[in-house]
Amino acid sequence: MKLNTLKRHFRESGKSLVRNGWMTFASVSAVTVTLLLVGVFFVIMMNLNHIASNVENDVEIRVHIDPAATEEIQKTLGAKIKKIAKVDSIVYSPKEKELTNMIEGMGENGEAFKLFEQDNPLRDVLVVKTKTPQDVGQVSKKIETFEYVQSVKYGKEYVDNLFNVVNIARNIGVVLIIGLLFTAMFLISNTIKITIIARRKEIEIMRLVGATNNFIRWPFFLEGLWLGVLGSIIPIGLIGVFYSNLFKYVSPKINIPFFELLPLSPFIYQISAILILLGGLIGIWGSLMSVRKFLKV
Amino acid sequence: MIEMTDVYKTYSNGVVAINGINVKIKAGEFVYVVGPSGAGKSTFIKMMYREESPTTGNIVVNGVSLPKIRNTKVPLFRRNIGVVFQDFKLLPTLTVYENVAFAMEVIEKTPDEIKKRVMEVLNLVGLKHKVRMLPTELSGGEQQRVSIARSIVNSPMVVIADEPTGNLDPETSWEIMNIFDEINKSGTTIVMATHNKDIVNNLKHRVIAIENGKIARDDLRGEYGYEA
Repeated sequence: MKLNTLKRHFRESGKSLVRNGWMTFASVSAVTVTLLLVGVFFVIMMNLNHIASNVENDVEIRVHIDPAATEEIQKTLGAKIKKIAKVDSIVYSPKEKELTNMIEGMGENGEAFKLFEQDNPLRDVLVVKTKTPQDVGQVSKKIETFEYVQSVKYGKEYVDNLFNVVNIARNIGVVLIIGLLFTAMFLISNTIKITIIARRKEIEIMRLVGATNNFIRWPFFLEGLWLGVLGSIIPIGLIGVFYSNLFKYVSPKINIPFFELLPLSPFIYQISAILILLGGLIGIWGSLMSVRKFLKV
Repeated sequence: MIEMTDVYKTYSNGVVAINGINVKIKAGEFVYVVGPSGAGKSTFIKMMYREESPTTGNIVVNGVSLPKIRNTKVPLFRRNIGVVFQDFKLLPTLTVYENVAFAMEVIEKTPDEIKKRVMEVLNLVGLKHKVRMLPTELSGGEQQRVSIARSIVNSPMVVIADEPTGNLDPETSWEIMNIFDEINKSGTTIVMATHNKDIVNNLKHRVIAIENGKIARDDLRGEYGYEA
């Protein structure tokens, strides 16, 4: 395509946006609302994923060793566990350290447990990390069968519940996002349809004088693209301001383990790129639908 | 130049518009297409620039067989055809200059080529002094002259006109016919559907009369032959 022609398509698409001012406003508003909701869902979903992966990375198996096991037996047991293919690392934590950790973890209440320092009821523990968090259950079951293993713990319910919640949230989010994107796409397609009807005479003359189908299509594609991209500006701004404030002021005050928001950069740039891309794509898609149906070209 | 062989056209609603036409029009000819309303003149004309396709039969224009041409090639074919309508089909938001330039822009001519050629054809139709005006500021005859300028701006081999004087008074109609005559003298083939008895009988050219989708008469220097 020649540069002059490209310039003409840009000019024509811009003119059409201005000429159909109210329809442009309606479409851009629809895209704005849609992308705002889509953006919020993305923020929630990506943070949920982040939290889930934090938890995942922290999942470990705690193997409580039978007190009857001698130091030699403990070493053999450690070596045996290490030999399991899916095991990544293994750390020995003596019962004294376990008690200290417990006392520290309980803060002020921990004082009461200091009494146990004389007669420690805890067990020596082998902390096992698997290569992937999904292997935890399988590896635990295998370790349970070994001799001198008193119990194996990995917070089964806690981890499984979390994964379930994340999965459900993710599925709901995906369905809502797809629904919203379709709505915006149909609105854009409607705007383009009206533009095409308004410019029917022009299109008819274009065809008579020998304009190619691509030449006729281009300004409409660009118009769809502008509608989508214009509609993504406000959501990007609002989500940017909202998220940076959330990150700066709210996040530090929340003291829940594993609850950590995605860092501002590059997350904010990623979400902006996603929204612009989605806006542009639904714009082009919407215009494609109208052009194909109404131009029959 | 234009050749129709055993052409039939039946519309999807069952109406038979063209019922077996064989005709040859040579390069540089000026042909009137006459006949009563509903006789098939418009369909006959539309098939020449492939706005309609025949149900059966073959049409060759400028060496291109229209029933066989692929849809993607139609735009290229139309660049060698100029079309003029009774209702002018000008874009009301564009100036006279822009309306004519439009036909060159869509086939991606350079701005320099466009400027030179548009002024040339506007001069030919006598509208050089009105380039900045909008169609709504022009008389009917002037609007038709813009439309003619647009049809010839890409130097087509054939100009097809569907009742170009249908909306004009007799005096203006003659002005328009003189322009067509000039264009024809420069070597361009002209095929014109018309109801204008006065023009057909006084500016003598070949006359093809269509009745009930068939050619009823084909005279080299013919008469209109119907009551106006």
